[in-house]
Amino acid sequence: MTAAEIEDATADDRRPLLEVVDLRLHYPIKRGVISRTVGHVKAVDGVSFSVYPGETLGIVGESGCGKSSAGRSIIRLETPTSGSVIFDGDDISQAGERSLRRVRSELQMVFQDPYASLNPQLRIGDLLAEPLIAHHRCSRAEAKKRVREILTTVGLNDQYVNRYPHELSGGQRQRVGIARALMLEPKLIVCDEPVSALDVSIQAQVLNLLKDLQEDFGLTYIFISHGLGAIKYISDRIAVMYLGKIMELAPTTEIFNRPSHPYTELLLDAYPEPDPRLRDRERMVIEGDVPSPADPPSGCVFHTRCPYAQEKCRIEVPQLESIDAADSGRGQVACHFPLDKPSRRAFAAPEPARAGRYSATSGHGSGEGA
Amino acid sequence: MTELLEVQNLRTEFATDDGPVTSVDNVSFSVRPGETVGLVGESGSGKSVTALSIMRLLKENGRVTAGSIMFDGSDLLTLPEPQMRKVRGNAISMIFQEPMTSLNPVLKVGEQLAETMVLHLGLSKSEAWSRAVELLDHVGIPRPKDIAADYPHRLSGGMRQRAMIAMALSCHPKLIIADEPTTALDVTIQAQILKLMRQLSTESDTAMILITHDLGVIAEMADKVVVMYAGEVVEESDVYTLFEQPKHPYTQGLLGSIPQISAPASGRGSERLHSIPGSVPSLLEMPTGCRFAARCPERMPTCDDPVELLPLGRSSTGSVPGAHGDHQVRCVLYEEGRGPSDQPSGVVSAGAGPAGFGAAGVDRDRTKG
Repeated sequence: MTAAEIEDATADDRRPLLEVVDLRLHYPIKRGVISRTVGHVKAVDGVSFSVYPGETLGIVGESGCGKSSAGRSIIRLETPTSGSVIFDGDDISQAGERSLRRVRSELQMVFQDPYASLNPQLRIGDLLAEPLIAHHRCSRAEAKKRVREILTTVGLNDQYVNRYPHELSGGQRQRVGIARALMLEPKLIVCDEPVSALDVSIQAQVLNLLKDLQEDFGLTYIFISHGLGAIKYISDRIAVMYLGKIMELAPTTEIFNRPSHPYTELLLDAYPEPDPRLRDRERMVIEGDVPSPADPPSGCVFHTRCPYAQEKCRIEVPQLESIDAADSGRGQVACHFPLDKPSRRAFAAPEPARAGRYSATSGHGSGEGA
Repeated sequence: MTELLEVQNLRTEFATDDGPVTSVDNVSFSVRPGETVGLVGESGSGKSVTALSIMRLLKENGRVTAGSIMFDGSDLLTLPEPQMRKVRGNAISMIFQEPMTSLNPVLKVGEQLAETMVLHLGLSKSEAWSRAVELLDHVGIPRPKDIAADYPHRLSGGMRQRAMIAMALSCHPKLIIADEPTTALDVTIQAQILKLMRQLSTESDTAMILITHDLGVIAEMADKVVVMYAGEVVEESDVYTLFEQPKHPYTQGLLGSIPQISAPASGRGSERLHSIPGSVPSLLEMPTGCRFAARCPERMPTCDDPVELLPLGRSSTGSVPGAHGDHQVRCVLYEEGRGPSDQPSGVVSAGAGPAGFGAAGVDRDRTKG
């Protein structure tokens, strides 16, 4: 399938590949000699979203916001406390090991630290062949051939089959991590901070690779990151999480050009832009720390740090609702008093800081801006 | 204006099982009073080793083998250890990436702050304590009296970093070396800490060396930028020039590889980041010529010969070394007499500068499967 066909398919029939409904993941807090449960850390607390075939849903937020826990619940590394995870028509949220085994070949994950997720005692070739053999997909000889193909696909020379993970650089290891996720030809890949541990120049290599693979194989991604730059670059839609909840879920253009949730705006303000002429731009810095997810604030969880908070925000929990009832394309926000103005950033940006030669190229459709 | 710190031809080597490696090679730069100098580079560029060399805090297998580090009139490299100890934490203090590693976990925050002031400033214990509380208040720590009496592990990451900054400021240093001070923090907390550091540097005359891999942080904070690659300085310039007219192909590639978020979002699918192919050469097999050549889109035969850091448009023979504030580059493209315009068959027309990171599709850095 080409990229254009995928786009058409998503436009015509919006049947999600993955549907997450009111997902909760609560960890018990145990104390004392008999390990009595004294409370719960609400890592994920009522999260709902859909992911459509061929798209990338970005999940962004600060540490402790529950983005990784959400990702781990989806691929069932954790069993959700409640809620459903409907993948390709089946609810897998409470599925047993046997049925999970079938689903897992279609649902893969790329981790932040490939060194921790690759067995150090296996050669790259064996590491990559392992899933094929475990899932009885093919003979060893065929697996070998397939491994060489995949290595080339992720930009590694096929000589790497005989190397061990420790002989590779961080970027190369992440390519192996991606190759491994691709071995079983999955439909959905959850990428959990896949570039956060890499150097800037290597990050760009891996992000470009992920984008190319998506185009070539019609992959669907959930891309989890705290880095706004990477998220903006790769996502079609973005979910902004804070203390276990989604604050805003909207197309990338909306999030960056016209954020509706105050937290989204503050995240954008906080991002240090690589342009010194923007250092004195108008922006807001939120004071204070993120409250503990074991004891989240009442009402809107963000009200303790929100510059616009009012009495209602302390009492009533805002639901994730359409930003504009007449235009579902604008996305959803969970805020009693959503913002309705272009991003401060859209105005802050002066002339492009650098010549087009080495800034990101724009192929088609530069968008209407803010 | 005289320089506060002048690092000249610094060379730092480490003894390893595979033989000696040179982590920092012929590095020179200077810092003026009150100035913030950003030292930027990726892992293995030698930026942190440069800082540790200045502080003389290298691990046992590390040694400075050449160069000088003039600070306030004396060479730190030849200073006897007792005097060097007076410089550390007093005239020069340091902020680390992970404050927990530099805060003593069994001492109360206030005690640690007071300790340095008793030692370096000769304050009495009670004077030092109340000064510690003042400092904690000054760096924006809520309830400073309570926090002073608390242990570091009870503080959040952002609060710890504030305490660390308070400690760095406690003896009115002339220079603070901050090594990735916000890398471990969340973006909203990072914004708080950067704002605090900016405030503090405008209200005092403290100079700062800010070490980071994050060009965004550099753009927000630095007056002058020193770009390092594989142990060498490849470019130096004031911050505005560096971001608007980067010269070294590495600097250009680095800037091209960060997604900018203030550019209006146009939806996915159209953009491509400019990645730099390959990775940093191993310290054991450092090329004799330009260390970036193997990854450089502008590579020419002359790149295999040694190349110096020179002010733009000057030749390596008979010129004075670059002055403070000069835009300096280590690349034959800009060297009088060796640049592409001087080649028999110029790859790049004169004055056009490098044009390698561009043509869409050229840097599709993988082979198609």
